[in-house]
Amino acid sequence: MTNFNKKRKCVPVMLQIVIIIVIIIYMLPVVYMGITSFKPWRVVFKVPPTFNFKPTIASFVRLFYQTSDYQSGKEPTAEEIERMDWKNRLMWEQTNQQIGGISEGPARFLNSFIISIASTALSVLLGTLTAYALSRFRMKGKNDLMFFILSTRMLPAVVVTIPLFLMFRFLKLTDTHIGLILLYVAFNVSFAIWVMKGFFDDIPIEYEEAALVDGYTRMQTFRKIALPQAATGIAATTVFCYIFSWNEYAFALIMTSRVATTATVYIQGIKGSLGIDWGAIIAGSFLFFIPVAIFTFLMRKYLLAGITFGAVRK
Amino acid sequence: MFKKEKNTVRGNSFEYTGLRDVTILRLFVLPTIILLLVINIFPLFWSLYLSFTRYSVYKRGTPIWIGVGNYVKLLTDSNYWAQFSTTAYYVIIVVAVELILGFLLAFLLHQKFKARSFYITMLAVPMMMSPALVGITWKYIFNPSWGIVNWLFRLGQLDWISNPKINLYSTMIVDIWMWTPFVMLLSVAGLSAVPEYLYEAAEIDRASGWFKFWNITLPISAPLLIIALIFRTMEAFKTFDIPMSLTGVGAISPKLVALRLYDLAFYRWDTGLSCAMAYIILFIVLAVTNLYIRYLNKLRK
Repeated sequence: MTNFNKKRKCVPVMLQIVIIIVIIIYMLPVVYMGITSFKPWRVVFKVPPTFNFKPTIASFVRLFYQTSDYQSGKEPTAEEIERMDWKNRLMWEQTNQQIGGISEGPARFLNSFIISIASTALSVLLGTLTAYALSRFRMKGKNDLMFFILSTRMLPAVVVTIPLFLMFRFLKLTDTHIGLILLYVAFNVSFAIWVMKGFFDDIPIEYEEAALVDGYTRMQTFRKIALPQAATGIAATTVFCYIFSWNEYAFALIMTSRVATTATVYIQGIKGSLGIDWGAIIAGSFLFFIPVAIFTFLMRKYLLAGITFGAVRK
Repeated sequence: MFKKEKNTVRGNSFEYTGLRDVTILRLFVLPTIILLLVINIFPLFWSLYLSFTRYSVYKRGTPIWIGVGNYVKLLTDSNYWAQFSTTAYYVIIVVAVELILGFLLAFLLHQKFKARSFYITMLAVPMMMSPALVGITWKYIFNPSWGIVNWLFRLGQLDWISNPKINLYSTMIVDIWMWTPFVMLLSVAGLSAVPEYLYEAAEIDRASGWFKFWNITLPISAPLLIIALIFRTMEAFKTFDIPMSLTGVGAISPKLVALRLYDLAFYRWDTGLSCAMAYIILFIVLAVTNLYIRYLNKLRK
């Protein structure tokens, strides 16, 4: 408690060292994940775990390409190895295998991408409109409506998926992009409304009133006065919605089987001709995580607002 | 008689042109409400009905009405009680540890030094990762035969993944690792809400460090800590992604309600019973949500 007694101007070097050590320990799993994704195949399962290896991107290649064994007696000669493209040579060096076409990986990442983008765009659009209306107009039972909106988000995913599964099967929406997009929109829109309402509430209403007096219509004030002021809020909301959709797992697991499966579900179960391909699983997770990490740093000012549904904004 | 309602600003007398406010309100709010009703509320009523029936989606028969049979079965079967009590145990431990660790971390970081916000953001990263992929990464780390944890701590072949006595705790560790930053972020905000002059005043009165902590720091940062508490309780109660990827469902998986529900609904395809279980979970979560919203409303005022 001693630091209460001093004016917090400079922190003892010791304390800073402690902080840095704590952070390093805390980030070890992520670092280990990064290291593992560059491990050669033989090192992935090595006991004890070793860090003395030549980094390779073979795991990433296996994420996007299928590999298969050479038929016995048809192993490449030294000359053939010389003539191989870099991917095949890499596979030969790693596991004595060859590339056998593109794997499911690219399609799954593309699915994640399409579904996240589309659902984010829709939920931010709907969320911004609703939040503006709820922030600016008088309305009976507004608090109840806000509670209703939030409560839809708080429902455990697994609970609602049972009836949703039935409904989607009836509407032939299971395993479609549109089905998953609709689901993600429904679950993100409540988040978008709460966060955006917070941002709109923070914007002084006077500008809009002045514009109305000057002869703007409500729609014009919304478009030309309110929206530009809420731009950063909209950006933050967009990034958060994107991360939520991108990371989502339970719905994708239950609602998709083949066509619309996203990367979170795919990466979990990557199997190659070598069995469960832990190299590709960790490499895939790492690749999947990179955009999230970048967004987190871009959004650092809005993290608090994001994780508390706009309840805390600072 | 029919005086057309006019657009006015805050009851002021001037008017403006264009669509009426009510029209805009409806235009802006209705699509969202319809979407939520169709995707969230309608299915909920459907499953309420199904929870009173014997029905399996897989067999595609018609639901047979059995009244409260499913609920009776759930509430009298000791297996299901074990699910709920284990989940409660899980929630209490996980939330308590996260609150304590998160607050301690915040305390460490609540100093003025270079790159402070960089460190805080870095610590927040695990929280933003996909829980499912965090789970699978830890499955690699925890692997009994070649995982780094067993080697690092000389634990031999300790089975973190498929021993039902242990995998509850490995799930806890992952959950705590992932969500402590959440509490940390809120605590940092709470701590910086305490105005410096209060400490200075206490200083003049020669208050002890503990006194300042209990009477200044805690009360002022309490609202944010309570938000963290309620949020984490809700999330921990319905945790699914992490244990699903870490251990999968089955006899060996930890007794967490969300996993059990998934098992009932999508492995055994016992739709009626799973809907009833879903409703019990729903009531618990809604109770906590209600608490949270009331608290939020109080806070806003």
